[in-house]
Amino acid sequence: MKRLFLFLPLIVAIAVGVFLFAGIGKDPTRLESVLIGKPVPEFSLESLNDPERRLDTSLLKGEVSLLNVWAEWCPSCWDEHKYLMRLSKDKGVRIVGLNYKDEREAAFRFLNQLGNPYETIIFDPKGKLGFDLGVYGAPETFVIDADGVVQYRHVGVVNQKVWEQELLPVINKAKGNS
Amino acid sequence: MRRFPILLFALFALSFTVQAEVKDVYDFDTRAEEQRYQNLIAELRCPKCQNNNIADSNSAISQDMRDEVYRMMKNGASNEEIVDALVSRFGEFVQYKPPVDRRTILLWAFPAIAVIGGFLVVVGVVMRSRQREQQGETLSQEDKRKAERILAGESDESAKG
Repeated sequence: MKRLFLFLPLIVAIAVGVFLFAGIGKDPTRLESVLIGKPVPEFSLESLNDPERRLDTSLLKGEVSLLNVWAEWCPSCWDEHKYLMRLSKDKGVRIVGLNYKDEREAAFRFLNQLGNPYETIIFDPKGKLGFDLGVYGAPETFVIDADGVVQYRHVGVVNQKVWEQELLPVINKAKGNS
Repeated sequence: MRRFPILLFALFALSFTVQAEVKDVYDFDTRAEEQRYQNLIAELRCPKCQNNNIADSNSAISQDMRDEVYRMMKNGASNEEIVDALVSRFGEFVQYKPPVDRRTILLWAFPAIAVIGGFLVVVGVVMRSRQREQQGETLSQEDKRKAERILAGESDESAKG
């Protein structure tokens, strides 16, 4: 018993070591979205291309879609755009854009330069829907199922790896359910 | 080189004078209301610039969150309602003070557990050393006499024989 007591510091050190080691490499900026499993918050916003057209949550129902939050001022959005083009053109993924805290002019400049992978773009200059979605930095990408329920959220750039390992499995699952 | 401490002190002193406050553009009817707002934004955490509260952070999202806190306050929302509204969007992460529930009970109870544990260890150590003292006294009567003799300069008989 006494000898076991001598090993206590070693045991404690190993336990703390294991605990701390498990934390290495985890990205602390990646936060779990509280919206997963919940419907997309209600909104009523203009379409970017057509100010006359009002968009609401019905836009995100009926089909599994990606909701991509972007802005012209966001450098990482320029980086991921090429891959979004590929997803929409080659893979036929339905991508709805959420133009976040941007100006129309700037947004059009961005799309003219890089192409438009979005089926529809929600224009959210005040970041209202973004706020309700818990967006804290563009780009962010949500997987929305056919019932308009948030299934997944990815913070940061979408690339081949993210698509294959994170988004595609969720999309396939969402398609299987509906 | 002698000037170095003075320079260091000057830099240190300067750091207080340049500390920037987030500019307040909100109007409050009463001092208490403003205080309530300040307390709220001090204990809400910015999701973008982590380990800043939204009072200190200049990021766009913190600005939005301050606006929302102010707007909800003006609409007569209670502190809990405001915090809940932000938690429902950004997650529990935004609370510097997580609520006490089954998942966080260990976190909250740990300081008490550590203090009680430390106290028990100290009590154990003291009791044991006291026990040893008592035992030592009764056991070494013979040795004690021997030691006294040696210290007094007399030769040890048993070693001789």
